Amino acid sequence: MSTTSGKAQRHSQFVGQDKPRRNAIRHAHGRGRFVDDIAFGNLAHLAFLRSPYAHAEILEIDTEAARALPGVVDVFTGPDLVDICTPWVGKLDHFSGLRTPEQYPLAMERARWNGEPVVAVVAESRAIAEDALDLIMVEWAELPAIIGIDNSRSTNGPILHPQYDSNVAFVMNLTAGDAKAAFRDAAYIVEDTLELGRQTGLTLEPRSIVADFDPSLRKLTAYHSTQTPYQMQDVFVRHFNLSEENVRVISPDVGGSFGMKLHVYGEEMAAVAASIRLGRPVKFIADRMESFLSDIHLREHKVHARMALNSGGEILAMEVDDATGIGPFSVYPRTSAMEGNQALRLMGAPYKMPHYDGTLTVLFQNKAPTCQYRAVGHPIGVTVTEHLVDLAAKAVGLNPFEIRRRNIVTQDMYPHTTATGYILERLSHEECLAKLEALMDYPKLIAEQKEMRERGIYRGIGIAAFIEITNPGPAFYGIGGARISSQDGCVIKLEPSGKIRVSVSVTEQGQGTETIMAQVAATYLGVDLDHVDVVTGDTERTPYGGATWASRGAGIGGATVMKAALAMKENILEIAGVILQGEADDFDLVDGQIVDRSNQQVRMSLAEIGRIAYFRPDTLPQDYHPQLSVSRHFVPQGTPFDFTNGVQASYLEVDVETGIVKLLNHWVVEDCGIILNQQLVDEQIRGGVVHGLGGVLFEECLYSENGQMMSATMADYLAPLASEMPDIQIDHVCTPTEMTPLGAKGVGEAGTAAAGAVVLNAVNDALRPLGGTLRTTPLTPERILKALGKI
Amino acid sequence: MDPLIPVSYTINGKSVQQQVSVRTTLTDMLRHQMGLTATHAGCEQGSCGACTVVVDGLMVRSCLIFAIQLDGARIETSEGFADDQLMDELRRNFADRNALQCGFCTGGMLVAAHDLLSRTPHPERAEIREKISGNFCRCTGYEAIVDAISKTAQALPLEDSGK
Amino acid sequence: MKPGLFQYVRADDVEKAVSLLQEFGDEAQLLAGGQSLVPAMALRMALPDVLIDISSIAEMRSITLTDDVLRIGAGCRYVDVLRSEDVARAAPMLVQAIPFIAHEAIRNRGTIGGSLAHADPASELPACMLALDAAIVLQSASGARTIAAEDFFLGTYSTALDEGEMIIAVEIPAIAVNQHHRFLEISRRSGDYAISGGAFVLEMDAGIITAARLAFFAVGDCAVLAGSEALLGKPLNAETIDQVAQRVGEEITFYGDLYNGIGAKRQITKTLTRRLLAQFPGMEL
Repeated sequence: MSTTSGKAQRHSQFVGQDKPRRNAIRHAHGRGRFVDDIAFGNLAHLAFLRSPYAHAEILEIDTEAARALPGVVDVFTGPDLVDICTPWVGKLDHFSGLRTPEQYPLAMERARWNGEPVVAVVAESRAIAEDALDLIMVEWAELPAIIGIDNSRSTNGPILHPQYDSNVAFVMNLTAGDAKAAFRDAAYIVEDTLELGRQTGLTLEPRSIVADFDPSLRKLTAYHSTQTPYQMQDVFVRHFNLSEENVRVISPDVGGSFGMKLHVYGEEMAAVAASIRLGRPVKFIADRMESFLSDIHLREHKVHARMALNSGGEILAMEVDDATGIGPFSVYPRTSAMEGNQALRLMGAPYKMPHYDGTLTVLFQNKAPTCQYRAVGHPIGVTVTEHLVDLAAKAVGLNPFEIRRRNIVTQDMYPHTTATGYILERLSHEECLAKLEALMDYPKLIAEQKEMRERGIYRGIGIAAFIEITNPGPAFYGIGGARISSQDGCVIKLEPSGKIRVSVSVTEQGQGTETIMAQVAATYLGVDLDHVDVVTGDTERTPYGGATWASRGAGIGGATVMKAALAMKENILEIAGVILQGEADDFDLVDGQIVDRSNQQVRMSLAEIGRIAYFRPDTLPQDYHPQLSVSRHFVPQGTPFDFTNGVQASYLEVDVETGIVKLLNHWVVEDCGIILNQQLVDEQIRGGVVHGLGGVLFEECLYSENGQMMSATMADYLAPLASEMPDIQIDHVCTPTEMTPLGAKGVGEAGTAAAGAVVLNAVNDALRPLGGTLRTTPLTPERILKALGKI
Repeated sequence: MDPLIPVSYTINGKSVQQQVSVRTTLTDMLRHQMGLTATHAGCEQGSCGACTVVVDGLMVRSCLIFAIQLDGARIETSEGFADDQLMDELRRNFADRNALQCGFCTGGMLVAAHDLLSRTPHPERAEIREKISGNFCRCTGYEAIVDAISKTAQALPLEDSGK
Repeated sequence: MKPGLFQYVRADDVEKAVSLLQEFGDEAQLLAGGQSLVPAMALRMALPDVLIDISSIAEMRSITLTDDVLRIGAGCRYVDVLRSEDVARAAPMLVQAIPFIAHEAIRNRGTIGGSLAHADPASELPACMLALDAAIVLQSASGARTIAAEDFFLGTYSTALDEGEMIIAVEIPAIAVNQHHRFLEISRRSGDYAISGGAFVLEMDAGIITAARLAFFAVGDCAVLAGSEALLGKPLNAETIDQVAQRVGEEITFYGDLYNGIGAKRQITKTLTRRLLAQFPGMEL
């Protein structure tokens, strides 16, 4: 093992791959620590009166009876907080023209979605707080609700924000080449309109915060189930006018996040405000109904798209018109334009397609706000593209593998810039496609499908290629003016026992971040994995950084830890050199032992280094000061992202009399560069696939015509259960990235990116002999029966 | 403020006296009065399964029972199962196979898995999927959980119930 | 999501329970297994002033089979019914149906009486009672009465229970020699409320259907019998099945649910009818 060159040893030398995550052992023994598991003295509980209407003016609020209820500590409304908390606006500079009004913790003069928090009650128990809610009288004047995308887009309908001239929040055009000419000259044109249903995150642990404000020092400690403690520290500092050093955000165990726990929510801001008003800890745990009504939603898109091909089946161009409904506000601090932006840019991205003309229209509506969530924009871009590719395959007369083979960006083309402007360093579409075809035994499936059809059983095969956005750099949010860090930091400390403590700014929500960071540290230091402990999720105990989102944890966090580990190792070898009266270069650190580099002879243990350096520095030269902690920061430079790629396939059966889809098999071939821990990578993919399957088959935030959310319980919002999910076969191709020293890219979005697309394609493949095409997700029995003409 | 009423239980093998409000669910009593926080409240409506515990030998949703109803009951939570080899094996296999990510569903999932293997020591994969379908996991996609339960089952003697 | 405050009283026998019901009137609700009531209370859709806990009434926990009548105490949990040999012998329908009801942890707690009194149109048990031609035994402070299942379910969450009355048992005629029970439901996920479900009882003599009770649930405002006459006097073959499915589609007044409109409900119910009838002996040949 070499001491300083990271790249030389980066292939498959990560120790401890087969060891279980320490966090997994802890949770399996019931030792998790989520926000609501932590006991506090003098704790008060927060509950909210929420708007029963999608759109209404708040004429009068009478809280007198609520205040008088024994056990009630405080009752406040939006206007009561204007002196404590400044409003926020979900805009970024690089989305020029994006407009959205100021937002406050609680609705001010108007409520704009069913479930928007309007009045807060703080009480000695959550039950009493809810009792008090029942005593609050609000006089409402209901206003017309803007619900559907077409409803919002209509030029003669009601306008949600009276200060604007329409319900359009943002419009973006993206063009490359000459799409018009390409369509004029095309041999084949396919087109369709797809509608993707609105989903929500449904983390099993709901949004949770305990805000604990100490008025004597104006110090806020927030125990917060968030992916981004540093971002939230900054938000609390700025909006509550606090000093940065006086705000500590602790993220203990986080029970699922998937992007949902990145955003600023009024309820959490109100919890901080309540603690400031009261000078005591205040807890808000969203109940499941509140989660459905007020967590961000995602992916409500209506897309009209066309694809032009030449006579050889080569894709020449796409025209895309994507309209998306984002609710009444663009969500702070990332904006609600990002999802549509990425959807528009991911269209046709695996393919050579030279011409493009895309338009994104982001629309206000009286529904819960939408924002970034796992695989931001990917399922939309991939579903639309791959649906059109299948339509094109049929038109041209090619099989689904062949048309994709003819169009994917090939090895000789890298680095490659997509028509939509993404710069791809090096991907592996050809190898992935070939591997998938073998893995799923495509010819055998085709034969089986044919034989089944003759017996009246309708099975379908769907495939989809995708690229995935990971490791976002400073060009992502930095240039837009968001105070979201793209760098990460790591401090490594040698403990007196010779053990290693790593404190790092990327965070853990179950993906295995801490295990990966421990592996990287152990590998680059040369110590046993069990001798490394990792600390995350506390702004007071870790360096400042971007934390974990957009598949940046392993790639960027890992590179940060690697740099710190190499620096720590240098220091350790220097100390060894001093103690052993040689040069640092004479020694190496292997399995926690100082060895002679020349013959690997063990000279002393790391524990002995710790003992001497901490307790017997008197034995060292007089002017020598051993450096026992190091810190390093890392920021990915160059292109805005590290892209990964892959391909998925689904095999399923449609019950054509009931419209019920049974998933039979699912395959993923994926390339995330260097794999740091195969089990964790595979489980990210599987978890991601099932999110995609949920979206395409089950999950939908249903609203009534007047804007009531109808699927706001777990019995009505159908998320995947074990019983309907297939086993998922995974294989890998490895194309390391040169953009980060570890060579690892992200993998958290890959599964979700294409799982829905392959199921849509497979269902349409199954129905092909009967006619009928599905264009709306989720693929409910009713929609399938309608497509079949049965109803 | 809610009046409190004395109740007693045997929780994880130990006698326990508590004062509860009539409206306190078993979930909240365990979590906030006993500090047994492996039982999680994921929905408080009986849908998610994260609060699954065993009451008098039967697996139940603790969010759908008022604590006051169970005076005298024997309650086993995910933290319990002391000296239970089957639970030890399940815990080990869950950790080894990474059959949990965020860990929020795990307490209830382990109770469900234990219940399944106690009564059906050698289930097929489809049967495992069916039997844990009352417990949501949002992270894993379930396959690792099925693997971990299946592996535990394979190690069970053919005629033993696992206890 | 915490329930409102209530007064809690426990009844250890039926006499106490009905006297409490009489005392508190419509301020009170009975708490049996709580698997529907407690979620409703958590959402504050149910806000009873008094909760009468009847879950420990021993006399309502027995299952007996005497003189070809299966009597199941209203306090029996699904799990008790599922594990009862008498039930398996006299009402195999219930053994087929209960695994479809929610999930195991719910079935370990939910009771027969609770389900019937709740009268959820999507619930399996009311349809089973219709198909089995069960009688429901009601008790109040002023006495007992027995009512046919057909007369008991009046609509969505609505039954013939009078104020002060509670269900104490159901009485089911034991399966006859020529009788056959079949149960099926179609749902998107395991344990979900069905899109459509059926509980069918057929009596056959030399291949000819002599009696039929086809009950459906999750299709209208309450469990409903439909299509049964179309089977009488006919052999069970493809032609009969088609006619019956058609009749069922015409007879039922379908209600849509969150995901399925009337058209989907009808189509899926007709399919269910075909598939369920095809499971009866005779069709197996």
